[in-house]
Amino acid sequence: MFPYCADPSSLEGLTWLSCYLTTGKHISFYWSFLIVLSLLAVTAPLALLFGFWGARAARSSILPLRMLGKGYSAMVRGVPDIVFFLFFVIALDQGLEWLFHQARCPDWTEPVRQGLEFKVCPEAKIPPGSAPQIWHQLYGFGLAVFTFAIVFGAFAANVLYGAMNAVPKAQLETAESYGMTAPQVFRRILMPQMWVYALPGLSNLWMILIKATPLLFLLGVQDIVYWARELGGAKTGAFDYPHPDWRLFYFIGLLVFYLCMTRLSEIVLGRLTLRLTQGQATMAGEAQRRAGR
Amino acid sequence: MKKLILGAAFLALASGAAAAQTVRLGTEGAYPPYNFINDAGQVDGFERELGDELCKRAGLTCEWVTNDWDSIIPNLQSGNYDVIIAGMSITDEREKVIDFSMNYIPPAASAYLALAPDVDVKTGVISAQVGTIQAGYVAESGATLLEFATPDETVAAVRNGEADAVFADKDYLAPIAAESNGELVLLAEEVALGGGVGLGIRESDKELKAKFDAAIKSMKCDGTLDPMIVKWFGESATTFGDAAKEGC
Repeated sequence: MFPYCADPSSLEGLTWLSCYLTTGKHISFYWSFLIVLSLLAVTAPLALLFGFWGARAARSSILPLRMLGKGYSAMVRGVPDIVFFLFFVIALDQGLEWLFHQARCPDWTEPVRQGLEFKVCPEAKIPPGSAPQIWHQLYGFGLAVFTFAIVFGAFAANVLYGAMNAVPKAQLETAESYGMTAPQVFRRILMPQMWVYALPGLSNLWMILIKATPLLFLLGVQDIVYWARELGGAKTGAFDYPHPDWRLFYFIGLLVFYLCMTRLSEIVLGRLTLRLTQGQATMAGEAQRRAGR
Repeated sequence: MKKLILGAAFLALASGAAAAQTVRLGTEGAYPPYNFINDAGQVDGFERELGDELCKRAGLTCEWVTNDWDSIIPNLQSGNYDVIIAGMSITDEREKVIDFSMNYIPPAASAYLALAPDVDVKTGVISAQVGTIQAGYVAESGATLLEFATPDETVAAVRNGEADAVFADKDYLAPIAAESNGELVLLAEEVALGGGVGLGIRESDKELKAKFDAAIKSMKCDGTLDPMIVKWFGESATTFGDAAKEGC
């Protein structure tokens, strides 16, 4: 990085540290924080969307839809996360490739499964074998986001389902008696009020999602845990910057990062709760009204 | 008949496409000096230099990928990469699930590394990396096996007293012992395991295996492989010597 870093073995003290902390490997480590943050940024809204439609389906008056919605949240909530992450991602990846294989290589004569091997034609590989490594990483990241969204969407569906049922029935009936259609009742009366009931559950989910991001490492995405372990491990003279086992310091760094993330979330969620309770017919809303806010 | 011709034409096309395709080389990136991620964040080490040379000789475009050791065989089988080049010893057990190229490192010794030279490796707690031939050997030797996901953790376990000794390839342990300022010592006892180190290739990729076999043979024949081994593993490393020239 810096010009004086050309010969690391001659460096000492702070100069050594400044060079060490700016190696290509460390830059990858810093980037991986962005990977985790972007995972959160993409997954949270997606999971909320899954949850929203899951809850709507579970409340539907059409039986198959209702079964689908309830089945989704019951099934995903019942399977241990780690099993889901290890199994589902592989199944999804191979399922997609199998579909592509059927569509693009109808003349392929070899079986797709040969013993333990899973072999589709080269045209069906996702991403293609000749694609640069970055596409493979993006694909892996995409699979991870989708899996996270399905898992957390199921929990969100359950939270939102409860929240929708918590909105006082009398209000909905009053709206109907004013002549509003069902979608209008949902949009004007139910939607604005359900969030305050959903927030405690959703904020819990958000916290759990933050803490679950190291699962990325299980999926082969090179996240902060991967780099912390890789950089912290003892390094011999084969490396430019030999050092003993420093994993403790790297993991303390991760600890600080996660604590900051959760603290920041608590502050934001606290403000959001205050905002959403304003004017609501709940105890907290009533307290706010009395205080004259 | 028509179907047959079509099928043959398609196969020819497919193999033509395969030749133009990138070959993805999967390595662990945590086993210096065999393979490691250097400070620039690139795959480096003996196998990096060897792999690049082999690809050049075989006329292939190669790309490097890293993968955890314990899932390195399943991910080869599911097609995430095409070749394992990760210091993997050729064993009968692995031969059952994947194919190996001819060896590019001759059968070499495995050794124990401990805090003191008087550790009893038959009754003590011995750490080894999960899924290695060394782990299999320790499990059968009567010692208590302590497995870790990465080589680095197996050595760390000895340093912090969790294990009495670590059992791994001598070529991996030797630099660690040499640079520990006398803290860690290699035990005198050495064991020869496996049939050398080779490339792991899917059983269905016979063509790719033939290409790499030819490239390795040509390196053995023109005498460039042994100097490369000495360059990365030191003068004391096991080399092919005259055996490399057989059948040239």
